[in-house]
Amino acid sequence: MPTNVSTIVVEVMPKAELLDPQGKAVAGALGRLGQNRFTSVRVGKRFEITVDGPADAAALAAVAELADTVLSNAVIEDVVGIHVVETETVA
Amino acid sequence: MRIGVVTFPGSLDDRDAQRAVRLAGAEPVALWHGDHDLHGVDALILPGGFSYGDYLRAGAIASLSPIMTEVIAAANQGMPVLGICNGFQMLTEAHLLEGGLIRNERGTFICRDQQLRVENTDSAWTSGFAAGAEITIPLKNGEGSFMASAETLARLEGEGRVVARYLGVNPNGSLNDIAGISNARGNVVGLMPHPEHAVEAGFGPDTAEAMASGIDGLTFFTSVIAHTLVAA
Repeated sequence: MPTNVSTIVVEVMPKAELLDPQGKAVAGALGRLGQNRFTSVRVGKRFEITVDGPADAAALAAVAELADTVLSNAVIEDVVGIHVVETETVA
Repeated sequence: MRIGVVTFPGSLDDRDAQRAVRLAGAEPVALWHGDHDLHGVDALILPGGFSYGDYLRAGAIASLSPIMTEVIAAANQGMPVLGICNGFQMLTEAHLLEGGLIRNERGTFICRDQQLRVENTDSAWTSGFAAGAEITIPLKNGEGSFMASAETLARLEGEGRVVARYLGVNPNGSLNDIAGISNARGNVVGLMPHPEHAVEAGFGPDTAEAMASGIDGLTFFTSVIAHTLVAA
Protein backbone atom coordinates (compact mmCIF):
# COMPACT_ATOMS: atom_id res chain seq x y z
CA MET A 1 0.00 0.00 0.00
CA PRO A 2 1.54 3.37 -0.97
CA THR A 3 2.24 5.94 1.71
CA ASN A 4 2.47 9.66 1.25
CA VAL A 5 5.65 11.41 2.33
CA SER A 6 5.79 15.20 2.56
CA THR A 7 8.87 17.37 2.74
CA ILE A 8 8.92 20.60 4.71
CA VAL A 9 11.74 22.95 3.83
CA VAL A 10 13.19 25.38 6.37
CA GLU A 11 15.60 28.08 5.19
CA VAL A 12 17.89 29.86 7.63
CA MET A 13 20.22 32.77 6.84
CA PRO A 14 22.82 34.61 8.90
CA LYS A 15 21.38 37.89 10.12
CA ALA A 16 21.75 40.61 7.49
CA GLU A 17 23.55 42.97 9.87
CA LEU A 18 26.21 40.40 10.81
CA LEU A 19 29.31 39.67 8.80
CA ASP A 20 29.02 36.46 6.79
CA PRO A 21 32.67 35.39 6.42
CA GLN A 22 31.64 32.28 4.46
CA GLY A 23 29.69 34.37 1.95
CA LYS A 24 32.55 36.84 1.69
CA ALA A 25 35.00 34.01 0.91
CA VAL A 26 32.71 32.69 -1.83
CA ALA A 27 32.23 36.20 -3.24
CA GLY A 28 36.00 36.58 -3.36
CA ALA A 29 36.32 33.34 -5.34
CA LEU A 30 33.67 34.49 -7.82
CA GLY A 31 35.60 37.72 -8.31
CA ARG A 32 38.78 35.77 -9.01
CA LEU A 33 36.87 33.83 -11.69
CA GLY A 34 36.11 37.10 -13.41
CA GLN A 35 32.45 37.11 -12.34
CA ASN A 36 32.51 40.74 -11.36
CA ARG A 37 28.86 41.52 -11.93
CA PHE A 38 27.89 39.80 -8.64
CA THR A 39 28.30 42.23 -5.81
CA SER A 40 27.86 39.94 -2.82
CA VAL A 41 27.14 36.37 -1.70
CA ARG A 42 25.51 35.22 1.52
CA VAL A 43 25.48 31.56 2.54
CA GLY A 44 22.65 30.04 4.56
CA LYS A 45 21.17 26.66 5.32
CA ARG A 46 18.30 24.63 3.93
CA PHE A 47 16.76 21.85 6.00
CA GLU A 48 14.51 19.24 4.36
CA ILE A 49 12.31 17.55 6.93
CA THR A 50 10.18 14.64 5.84
CA VAL A 51 6.99 13.58 7.49
CA ASP A 52 4.77 10.58 6.84
CA GLY A 53 1.48 11.64 5.38
CA PRO A 54 0.46 15.17 4.50
CA ALA A 55 2.27 18.22 5.87
CA ASP A 56 -0.76 19.33 7.83
CA ALA A 57 -1.15 22.39 10.02
CA ALA A 58 0.09 20.50 13.10
CA ALA A 59 3.24 19.33 11.34
CA LEU A 60 3.92 22.83 10.01
CA ALA A 61 3.36 24.33 13.44
CA ALA A 62 5.79 21.82 14.99
CA VAL A 63 8.40 22.59 12.34
CA ALA A 64 7.93 26.33 12.82
CA GLU A 65 8.56 25.87 16.54
CA LEU A 66 11.68 23.75 15.88
CA ALA A 67 12.90 26.24 13.28
CA ASP A 68 12.95 28.96 15.93
CA THR A 69 14.32 26.89 18.81
CA VAL A 70 16.67 24.30 17.30
CA LEU A 71 17.30 24.86 13.60
CA SER A 72 18.23 28.51 14.06
CA ASN A 73 19.75 30.70 16.76
CA ALA A 74 17.88 34.02 16.84
CA VAL A 75 20.99 35.84 18.09
CA ILE A 76 22.86 35.23 14.85
CA GLU A 77 20.34 33.86 12.32
CA ASP A 78 16.88 34.41 10.85
CA VAL A 79 14.41 31.81 9.62
CA VAL A 80 13.60 33.20 6.17
CA GLY A 81 11.22 30.58 4.86
CA ILE A 82 9.20 27.50 5.72
CA HIS A 83 7.31 25.73 2.96
CA VAL A 84 6.20 22.34 1.71
CA VAL A 85 8.05 21.41 -1.47
CA GLU A 86 6.73 18.06 -2.48
CA THR A 87 4.49 15.22 -1.62
CA GLU A 88 5.74 11.98 -3.05
CA THR A 89 4.24 8.55 -3.00
CA VAL A 90 6.48 5.72 -1.82
CA ALA A 91 5.30 2.32 -3.00
CA MET B 1 36.29 20.01 46.15
CA ARG B 2 35.10 18.03 43.11
CA ILE B 3 34.81 19.63 39.67
CA GLY B 4 32.99 17.79 36.90
CA VAL B 5 34.20 17.91 33.30
CA VAL B 6 31.57 16.83 30.78
CA THR B 7 32.72 14.81 27.78
CA PHE B 8 30.59 15.15 24.64
CA PRO B 9 31.06 13.31 21.32
CA GLY B 10 33.85 15.38 19.76
CA SER B 11 35.18 16.96 22.95
CA LEU B 12 38.97 17.43 22.69
CA ASP B 13 40.08 19.27 25.80
CA ASP B 14 38.23 17.30 28.46
CA ARG B 15 41.40 15.57 29.65
CA ASP B 16 43.31 18.86 29.68
CA ALA B 17 40.53 20.44 31.75
CA GLN B 18 40.67 17.50 34.20
CA ARG B 19 44.43 17.96 34.45
CA ALA B 20 44.01 21.69 35.10
CA VAL B 21 41.54 20.93 37.90
CA ARG B 22 44.02 18.48 39.44
CA LEU B 23 46.94 20.93 39.21
CA ALA B 24 44.78 23.63 40.81
CA GLY B 25 44.16 21.34 43.78
CA ALA B 26 40.68 19.94 43.23
CA GLU B 27 39.45 16.50 42.24
CA PRO B 28 38.34 16.19 38.61
CA VAL B 29 35.24 14.08 37.94
CA ALA B 30 34.64 12.80 34.41
CA LEU B 31 30.98 13.26 33.42
CA TRP B 32 29.24 11.85 30.35
CA HIS B 33 26.91 13.79 28.05
CA GLY B 34 24.41 10.94 27.84
CA ASP B 35 23.86 10.67 31.60
CA HIS B 36 21.41 12.55 33.79
CA ASP B 37 23.84 12.59 36.71
CA LEU B 38 26.30 15.23 37.94
CA HIS B 39 27.75 12.81 40.56
CA GLY B 40 27.47 15.43 43.29
CA VAL B 41 30.15 17.77 41.91
CA ASP B 42 30.62 21.29 43.26
CA ALA B 43 31.38 22.97 39.91
CA LEU B 44 31.26 22.12 36.21
CA ILE B 45 33.40 22.62 33.13
CA LEU B 46 32.13 22.25 29.58
CA PRO B 47 35.37 21.69 27.64
CA GLY B 48 36.59 22.69 24.21
CA GLY B 49 36.42 20.63 21.06
CA PHE B 50 34.08 20.15 18.15
CA SER B 51 31.07 18.41 19.62
CA TYR B 52 28.96 16.77 16.92
CA GLY B 53 31.42 18.12 14.35
CA ASP B 54 30.04 21.64 14.88
CA TYR B 55 27.05 20.46 12.80
CA LEU B 56 23.97 22.71 12.83
CA ARG B 57 25.85 25.40 14.79
CA ALA B 58 28.89 25.09 17.05
CA GLY B 59 27.68 23.74 20.40
CA ALA B 60 24.04 23.57 19.33
CA ILE B 61 23.50 19.81 19.35
CA ALA B 62 25.57 19.30 22.52
CA SER B 63 23.43 21.95 24.25
CA LEU B 64 20.48 19.56 23.81
CA SER B 65 22.32 16.59 25.41
CA PRO B 66 20.69 14.68 28.28
CA ILE B 67 23.16 15.98 30.88
CA MET B 68 22.43 19.59 29.90
CA THR B 69 19.10 19.32 31.76
CA GLU B 70 21.08 18.90 35.00
CA VAL B 71 23.76 21.41 33.97
CA ILE B 72 21.16 24.12 33.31
CA ALA B 73 19.32 23.40 36.57
CA ALA B 74 22.56 23.48 38.57
CA ALA B 75 23.72 26.69 36.87
CA ASN B 76 20.40 28.34 37.65
CA GLN B 77 20.86 27.36 41.32
CA GLY B 78 24.26 29.05 41.39
CA MET B 79 26.74 26.23 40.73
CA PRO B 80 29.91 27.58 39.08
CA VAL B 81 30.00 26.57 35.40
CA LEU B 82 32.87 27.37 33.03
CA GLY B 83 32.44 26.88 29.28
CA ILE B 84 35.68 26.97 27.34
CA CYS B 85 35.59 27.52 23.56
CA ASN B 86 33.07 24.89 22.39
CA GLY B 87 31.75 24.95 25.97
CA PHE B 88 31.16 28.72 25.65
CA GLN B 89 29.29 28.06 22.42
CA MET B 90 27.16 25.44 24.26
CA LEU B 91 26.37 27.91 27.07
CA THR B 92 25.07 30.48 24.58
CA GLU B 93 23.06 27.82 22.76
CA ALA B 94 21.62 26.68 26.11
CA HIS B 95 20.70 30.32 26.89
CA LEU B 96 22.79 30.30 30.06
CA LEU B 97 24.83 33.09 28.51
CA GLU B 98 23.70 35.81 26.14
CA GLY B 99 25.00 36.49 22.65
CA GLY B 100 26.41 33.99 20.19
CA LEU B 101 29.63 32.99 18.46
CA ILE B 102 30.02 33.10 14.68
CA ARG B 103 32.80 32.28 12.25
CA ASN B 104 35.95 34.36 12.64
CA GLU B 105 35.90 37.60 10.70
CA ARG B 106 38.64 36.59 8.29
CA GLY B 107 37.30 33.06 7.92
CA THR B 108 40.45 31.36 9.19
CA PHE B 109 41.05 29.08 12.15
CA ILE B 110 43.26 30.90 14.65
CA CYS B 111 45.71 29.17 16.97
CA ARG B 112 48.08 31.37 18.94
CA ASP B 113 48.99 32.54 22.41
CA GLN B 114 46.62 35.40 23.11
CA GLN B 115 47.01 38.31 25.48
CA LEU B 116 43.87 39.19 27.43
CA ARG B 117 42.84 41.70 30.04
CA VAL B 118 40.73 40.29 32.87
CA GLU B 119 37.91 42.83 33.19
CA ASN B 120 35.74 41.26 35.86
CA THR B 121 37.23 39.77 39.02
CA ASP B 122 33.88 39.15 40.75
CA SER B 123 32.91 36.00 38.87
CA ALA B 124 33.32 32.54 40.39
CA TRP B 125 36.12 31.78 37.90
CA THR B 126 38.08 35.07 37.96
CA SER B 127 38.03 36.14 41.62
CA GLY B 128 41.71 35.27 42.04
CA PHE B 129 42.92 37.77 39.44
CA ALA B 130 43.95 41.34 40.20
CA ALA B 131 41.58 43.82 38.55
CA GLY B 132 42.79 44.57 35.02
CA ALA B 133 45.33 41.73 35.06
CA GLU B 134 46.97 41.13 31.68
CA ILE B 135 47.41 37.44 30.98
CA THR B 136 48.41 35.17 28.09
CA ILE B 137 46.67 31.88 27.32
CA PRO B 138 46.18 29.94 24.06
CA LEU B 139 43.37 30.81 21.68
CA LYS B 140 42.33 28.22 19.07
CA ASN B 141 39.04 28.37 17.25
CA GLY B 142 37.31 28.90 13.94
CA GLU B 143 34.06 30.32 15.28
CA GLY B 144 35.01 32.67 18.08
CA SER B 145 33.56 35.96 16.97
CA PHE B 146 31.25 37.12 19.76
CA MET B 147 28.02 38.72 18.54
CA ALA B 148 25.09 40.21 20.42
CA SER B 149 22.41 42.78 19.76
CA ALA B 150 23.30 46.38 20.58
CA GLU B 151 20.93 46.20 23.54
CA THR B 152 22.48 43.00 24.94
CA LEU B 153 25.97 44.35 24.41
CA ALA B 154 25.13 47.55 26.28
CA ARG B 155 23.69 45.49 29.16
CA LEU B 156 26.75 43.20 29.34
CA GLU B 157 29.07 46.22 29.40
CA GLY B 158 26.87 48.20 31.79
CA GLU B 159 26.69 45.33 34.29
CA GLY B 160 30.42 44.63 34.06
CA ARG B 161 29.80 41.16 32.69
CA VAL B 162 32.63 41.20 30.16
CA VAL B 163 35.04 38.86 31.94
CA ALA B 164 38.00 39.13 29.55
CA ARG B 165 38.90 41.18 26.50
CA TYR B 166 41.43 40.59 23.73
CA LEU B 167 44.46 42.87 23.85
CA GLY B 168 46.23 43.96 20.68
CA VAL B 169 44.71 43.15 17.31
CA ASN B 170 41.20 41.70 17.62
CA PRO B 171 41.74 38.09 16.47
CA ASN B 172 38.26 37.23 15.23
CA GLY B 173 35.97 40.24 14.93
CA SER B 174 34.37 39.85 18.37
CA LEU B 175 32.28 42.89 19.30
CA ASN B 176 34.08 45.13 21.82
CA ASP B 177 37.05 42.68 21.70
CA ILE B 178 35.07 40.34 23.98
CA ALA B 179 36.85 37.07 24.84
CA GLY B 180 34.55 35.99 27.66
CA ILE B 181 31.38 36.95 29.53
CA SER B 182 29.47 35.90 32.61
CA ASN B 183 25.82 35.62 33.55
CA ALA B 184 24.27 38.20 35.87
CA ARG B 185 24.96 36.11 38.96
CA GLY B 186 28.62 35.57 38.04
CA ASN B 187 28.61 31.80 38.46
CA VAL B 188 28.46 30.97 34.74
CA VAL B 189 31.41 32.09 32.62
CA GLY B 190 32.16 31.46 28.94
CA LEU B 191 35.63 31.97 27.49
CA MET B 192 36.83 31.48 23.93
CA PRO B 193 40.54 31.15 24.83
CA HIS B 194 41.81 28.12 26.72
CA PRO B 195 43.02 28.56 30.32
CA GLU B 196 43.45 24.79 30.70
CA HIS B 197 46.40 24.89 28.29
CA ALA B 198 48.35 27.31 30.50
CA VAL B 199 48.48 25.61 33.90
CA GLU B 200 51.90 23.94 34.16
CA ALA B 201 55.37 25.36 33.55
CA GLY B 202 56.98 23.64 30.57
CA PHE B 203 53.66 23.21 28.76
CA GLY B 204 52.23 26.74 28.58
CA PRO B 205 52.76 29.85 26.46
CA ASP B 206 56.23 31.40 26.27
CA THR B 207 56.95 34.21 28.69
CA ALA B 208 59.72 36.77 29.01
CA GLU B 209 61.31 34.54 31.65
CA ALA B 210 61.38 31.18 29.90
CA MET B 211 59.94 29.20 27.02
CA ALA B 212 56.58 27.52 27.67
CA SER B 213 56.52 28.71 31.27
CA GLY B 214 53.17 30.55 31.20
CA ILE B 215 50.62 29.40 33.78
CA ASP B 216 48.19 32.33 33.66
CA GLY B 217 45.29 29.94 33.07
CA LEU B 218 45.66 28.25 36.44
CA THR B 219 44.04 31.17 38.26
CA PHE B 220 40.64 30.44 36.66
CA PHE B 221 40.66 27.05 38.39
CA THR B 222 42.15 28.17 41.71
CA SER B 223 39.59 31.01 41.72
CA VAL B 224 36.63 28.64 41.68
CA ILE B 225 38.16 26.54 44.45
CA ALA B 226 38.65 29.62 46.66
CA HIS B 227 35.21 30.94 45.70
CA THR B 228 33.53 27.66 46.67
CA LEU B 229 35.41 27.41 49.97
CA VAL B 230 34.33 30.96 50.85
CA ALA B 231 30.74 30.17 49.92
CA ALA B 232 30.70 26.95 51.97
